[in-house]
Amino acid sequence: MLINVPETVVADGLRGMAAAHPELTVDVENRVVVRRDAPVAGKVALVSGGGSGHEPLHAGFVGPGMLSAACPGEVFTSPVPDQMVRAAAAVDSGEGVLFVVKNYTGDVLNFEMAAELADEEGVRVAQVLVNDDVAVTDSLYTAGRRGTGATLFVEKIAGAAAEEGAPLDRVAALARQVNEASRSFGVALTSVTTPAKGSPTFDLPPGELELGVGIHGEPGRERRAMMTAREIADFAVDAVLEDLRPHGPVLALVNGMGATPLLELYGFNAEVQRVLSERGVVVARTLVGNYVTSLDMAGASVTLCQVDEELVRLWDAPVQTPALRWGR
Amino acid sequence: MLDADFFHRWMTATAALVDREAAHLTELDSAIGDADHGSNLQRGFAAVSAALEKEPPQTPGAVLMLAGRQLISTVGGASGPLYGTLLRRTGKALGDGAAVTPGELAQALGAGVAAVAQLGGAQAGDKTMLDALLPAAEALGTSFDAGREAARAGAVATVPLQARKGRASYLGERSIGHQDPGAASSALLIEALAETAASDGGDA
Repeated sequence: MLINVPETVVADGLRGMAAAHPELTVDVENRVVVRRDAPVAGKVALVSGGGSGHEPLHAGFVGPGMLSAACPGEVFTSPVPDQMVRAAAAVDSGEGVLFVVKNYTGDVLNFEMAAELADEEGVRVAQVLVNDDVAVTDSLYTAGRRGTGATLFVEKIAGAAAEEGAPLDRVAALARQVNEASRSFGVALTSVTTPAKGSPTFDLPPGELELGVGIHGEPGRERRAMMTAREIADFAVDAVLEDLRPHGPVLALVNGMGATPLLELYGFNAEVQRVLSERGVVVARTLVGNYVTSLDMAGASVTLCQVDEELVRLWDAPVQTPALRWGR
Repeated sequence: MLDADFFHRWMTATAALVDREAAHLTELDSAIGDADHGSNLQRGFAAVSAALEKEPPQTPGAVLMLAGRQLISTVGGASGPLYGTLLRRTGKALGDGAAVTPGELAQALGAGVAAVAQLGGAQAGDKTMLDALLPAAEALGTSFDAGREAARAGAVATVPLQARKGRASYLGERSIGHQDPGAASSALLIEALAETAASDGGDA
């Protein structure tokens, strides 16, 4: 691993990010990344955060048109309420703050505590819970569907609405609409290696893959012998469509988990587009790349979001962040 | 009677035990979680020790409240809020007396455990820290040793269970056969309590 010691991995990464992106204010000690011009008068602020190791999520999405601030936690560990409260206070212009929370027990509990504390400090807070992963059965017997790739859709579209001056309740409603219209499915070809453990988290022999994996290397639905990109695309897209059943165009995100080359991701995307076309699903926009990653895990996920004209317009709206940038 | 110093030593003993067992906790967590429970708790209890050293609180309740707040501020994940709530609510239930009886501690811990159950929406048998803490709080009414045994047994009893809460729940049936890391670390907390009482000259 290209690190110094496990204890400073997050801080070291933030220092490097600060050096590369002077347009962000990076508080390395308190682990809060804020767009430099915050708070922006008259604008609802968006704050997200989660464990580190999923870069560019979330700090890479801080900037005009997307997040106002991000709180990176320890590797694969949610941030603490203090970070979120600090971030909310730094970006609130008086129009309120939307917390974008991925559905993991730790993120949910810490953001809930933060929302209470921020409220006591006079910051108006709304929350959206992202839970798009169809690999998990949402039932009394699980913690519910995980939040994965749809987080990017939520942060981009709600961020665009906030940039246009939409009020907090409208931004929150759009964020929930995007989440409800989105589903994901992920595949791991290798395990992930966390800096703290230094060896693969789970044992996935070469020649096998894990279908329905989460973004922390959590095992998924089943393990199988290695499949071709074509077969994986069939499996993943069908799993998403079975749950989403879109009746209109979709946004497609073909997301790399960190250690899969873009050449393979584009090849996989070709297969994803083929299946979608075969199933009669119209793709309005496609994004391919490493956006919601899992350290050094090889693999990919597919996220689809059913959209209308307004959502496509907000998706196309200008965005200027380290990892997502277009239209300005 | 148990005074602020006793609670301070309990937290320090917990920090030492967590330190010693960190690799084991992380190993348990890598089987059904994401391999960081040991290092996260280690960081949290180190912060607890440092905060208690810096400005030692004067009452048992204040010690636990401070410890809980430190855990919430430093651990992250689900463990931070859950452990933080456990200690904060136990401390709150102890009130502001200068010393408490073991019976009062057992009762207060019961209130703390109930708060954890409410926050996490979990119950006995979900393969969580509650599976160690619920029987421990109950048995502490009898003796510290009984509490320790109940916590240990409760943690071991999570092995054959299927997880229904937290990240391990995503594994479904595949979570069976592994001890819950949260129950294991909770047993350490109670173990440290019994050790602290024993070092005071026997079971109370």
